Amino acid sequence: MSASTAASAAYIVAGLLFVLSLAGLSRHETAKAGNAYGMAGMAVALVATVGLAWRNGNALSVGLIVVAMVLGAVIGIWRARIVEMTGMPELIALLHSFVGLAAVLVGWNGYLSVEGAPAGEAEELGLPVGIHSAEVAIGVFIGAVTFTGSIVAFLKLSGRIRSNPLVLPGKNALNVGALAAFAVLTVVFVVSPGLAVLSGLTVLALALGWHLVASIGGGDMPVVVSMLNSYSGWAAAASGFLLDNDLLIVTGALVGSSGAYLSYIMCQAMNRSFLSVIAGGFGNEGATAASGDVDGEHTEVTAEEVAQLLRDADSVVITPGYGMAVAHAQNAVAELTRTLSDKGVDVRFGIHPVAGRLPGHMNVLLAEARVPYDVVLEMDEINDDLAKTDVVLVIGANDTVNPAAAEDPASPIAGMPVLHVWDAGHVVVFKRSMSTGYAGVQNPLFFRENTRMLFGDARERVEDILRAL
Amino acid sequence: MLIGVPAETRRNETRVAATPTSVGQLCALGHEVLVEAGAGARADSPDEAYVAAGARIGSAAQAWGADVVLHVNAPTFDEVALLRPDAVLVSLLAPALAPELLDALVARGVTALAMDAVPRISRAQSLDVLSSMANIAGYRAVVEAAHAFGRFFTGQVTAAGKVPPAKVFVAGAGVAGLAAIGAASSLGAIVRATDVRPEVAEQVRSLGGEYVGVPADEEEQATGSGTGYASVTSESFDARAAVMYAEQARDVDVVITTALIPGRPAPRLLTEEMVASMKPGSVVVDMAAAQGGNVAGSVPDEVVTTPNGVTIIGYTDLPARLPAQASQLFATNLVNLLKLLTPGKDGRLVLDLDDVVVRGMTVARAGERMWPPPPVQVSAAPAAAAPPPAPLPPPVKAPAPGRRAALVGLAAALLFLLAAFSPDQLIGNLTVFALAVVVGFYVIGHVHHALHTPLMSVTNAISGIIVVGALLQLGHVSTVVTVLAFLAVLLASINVFGGFAVTRRMLGMFRRA
Repeated sequence: MSASTAASAAYIVAGLLFVLSLAGLSRHETAKAGNAYGMAGMAVALVATVGLAWRNGNALSVGLIVVAMVLGAVIGIWRARIVEMTGMPELIALLHSFVGLAAVLVGWNGYLSVEGAPAGEAEELGLPVGIHSAEVAIGVFIGAVTFTGSIVAFLKLSGRIRSNPLVLPGKNALNVGALAAFAVLTVVFVVSPGLAVLSGLTVLALALGWHLVASIGGGDMPVVVSMLNSYSGWAAAASGFLLDNDLLIVTGALVGSSGAYLSYIMCQAMNRSFLSVIAGGFGNEGATAASGDVDGEHTEVTAEEVAQLLRDADSVVITPGYGMAVAHAQNAVAELTRTLSDKGVDVRFGIHPVAGRLPGHMNVLLAEARVPYDVVLEMDEINDDLAKTDVVLVIGANDTVNPAAAEDPASPIAGMPVLHVWDAGHVVVFKRSMSTGYAGVQNPLFFRENTRMLFGDARERVEDILRAL
Repeated sequence: MLIGVPAETRRNETRVAATPTSVGQLCALGHEVLVEAGAGARADSPDEAYVAAGARIGSAAQAWGADVVLHVNAPTFDEVALLRPDAVLVSLLAPALAPELLDALVARGVTALAMDAVPRISRAQSLDVLSSMANIAGYRAVVEAAHAFGRFFTGQVTAAGKVPPAKVFVAGAGVAGLAAIGAASSLGAIVRATDVRPEVAEQVRSLGGEYVGVPADEEEQATGSGTGYASVTSESFDARAAVMYAEQARDVDVVITTALIPGRPAPRLLTEEMVASMKPGSVVVDMAAAQGGNVAGSVPDEVVTTPNGVTIIGYTDLPARLPAQASQLFATNLVNLLKLLTPGKDGRLVLDLDDVVVRGMTVARAGERMWPPPPVQVSAAPAAAAPPPAPLPPPVKAPAPGRRAALVGLAAALLFLLAAFSPDQLIGNLTVFALAVVVGFYVIGHVHHALHTPLMSVTNAISGIIVVGALLQLGHVSTVVTVLAFLAVLLASINVFGGFAVTRRMLGMFRRA
């Protein structure tokens, strides 16, 4: 057993531990163990790598490793402790950008230590230089797209820039053109590796990443964040090819496919193809209705009347959306859930897959507010029960409860799976105004006979209901 | 408007046209309600309950003298005389069978709505008392049969010996027949049912019954049915049906017949010989006794026992034998009608004769005879008012299986070429990569939807594995490389530690009830 075989063995163990970690997350009961497996895998990998560096006998490098990792750990854990659950999407996006940037740096280092190294200092390779150059180009490209894309996503999610989609003339041509230019630059770089070409390629990828996400609106962020998650994985895998490191390849592929699968689920939940999301199908947030032909009388209701409804109900379903996160209403909603449960009312939650700005965002918010997870159900689990439900509270959701998707074949969101809240006895919609949702489509739900509108800030209204109860 | 609910005067009638619940709903529509004293007594609805729901109690004359009169049975001629000339009467009227009554109503000048003339369209189902009463009658028919039958319906194996389940045969799978099938099979009996419409077989099975069809004529099938006249075919059909009925009669313990043809005497399904072939102790419930009976020997409103010990039940008041339930459903049908007639919920009655449902039910209006109504237009004739339909988006084509296979083949070929021209090291890497992607998809596919955010943060943390790559570059001679690698290690470490820490925090918050 040499040091390098020991390290390789450790990498295999670490890779399997990562697979176990993701498998553990499939159920609530095993999720914590899954996280622990992940940490164990990471520890094994780090110990093996540091050990390898130690064996190579470079005190300076080990010192640098310790400094960098301690610094990183302090910053990472500090951020993880203070982040609010409503801010999870931003944090995740920011973390993606770090992986992207790290991949860019690793790629550059790959170039600098092989093709760009002064004569005689270049590392020896086990494969033709051309392939190494191609790997550098691909790794840097994916990393840079991930980096700027995640930065834009972070800025949009944290409200630092407007989340409206940026519409440049011929934006799809720009994206496709950038891809073509990337292919050309890669070929050039393989033929004659040079600093200028690599710099040009990096700048191109940075610009593409920025433009790609800037032209996607806020409501499509669940797809974007999963997509970036996927990219960060592919970036790590590309680095693995570059460094001939199987652990990086395995882990990158796991993360990449995980993100791709999540994007797929999100797209399916919106009945849109991945390409149409990237191409930016829907207009601005809060825009006026594209087809304003659904008009009607909506009926307003007071918090006291809603409290009365809830008191008489046997079963209540709450369908939250991004509006609940914006209003920070999750604690009030959880309190309402407890109050009603104590009165013997059966309270459950129905979560649409794209509710919020992150896959599973609503679940995390409700968990933070100490809502038990077994009353929080998926759309498919609860849709059939909605007809037997007395009262549905729609809190900050709009497109995900739009009957037009199921009933109006001419609607822009036709065919999107939605929560059939209108089947319930009464529907109470918490909303700030009568404006349309993200898709810019008017919601006929508001004009239904069994729908009541409760206008105002969701948190204040829920607290009003609590007082009335 | 004042709604009057007089008591029913027909002999043995137990139902009432309004319950305390429906009174509350009628009041919510803006109406006042006056109930005759004691009207609901036999349907378990005492006067106090009506008062509590917002009604007044009055005399028969007051109830008949209201603006709108709700009743179950058709009024007698004496009762018609109590109606105000501008009143609206809603009840069962049988306008086709009782022309004298219709004449009297027209002469009186009242507006009469017949609950038994609701058009059979899906929008009007909530008003359809024939359906709701047939449902009750079908259920009750099974209860009556079980009462008269000297055995269990369900099969049992007991210490005292084995009990076979009863065999029940239901003729006619309409609303009543289906209700009977459901009730009998939930009592544990083996249920068979037949109907001249073979398409109801699925409904029969959904309620736990077995569908028995009339066997097709082999000759007819063979010759392509080109020769026979309609009447001849129908005769041969009847003959084949009779064979099937005779077989069933010999085999089963209970027969429930529900066959009715609107406006005609009920078809004779069981002949005397068939009844005579039944086992002693068997029970036949003839739900069509009032219309002449499906069964030879049935007498309306009576229970007859044949010489060979078969009980034939001919009750015609089966719904009224469940008075509270029948009243509740009847009253709800009436509430639904009044919802249609008071669109403003302001207590003002609007008789919209352009509405096919309202037009179909209205048999008399202000001295004018409105029966029979024009046939219901199934295709909407005044289509000019409807806007042209919006152009539909072209349907998204699912990739054809052939195309999909071609894509898979193309991808496989490309991958083959890529790998075939690669050096060994790259091939090794590609193998690991491809397998890891597949493993990744399968593992992620099982992740619970509620854990998607923790999943993302964990994958975030483990994609920080890129730290390993940066670590390996850190000891490089070049200062630039070392600085860049240092930065990469720093960033990736933030990811690793931050990602795992935030996942831990999140998972700690998920808890069970």
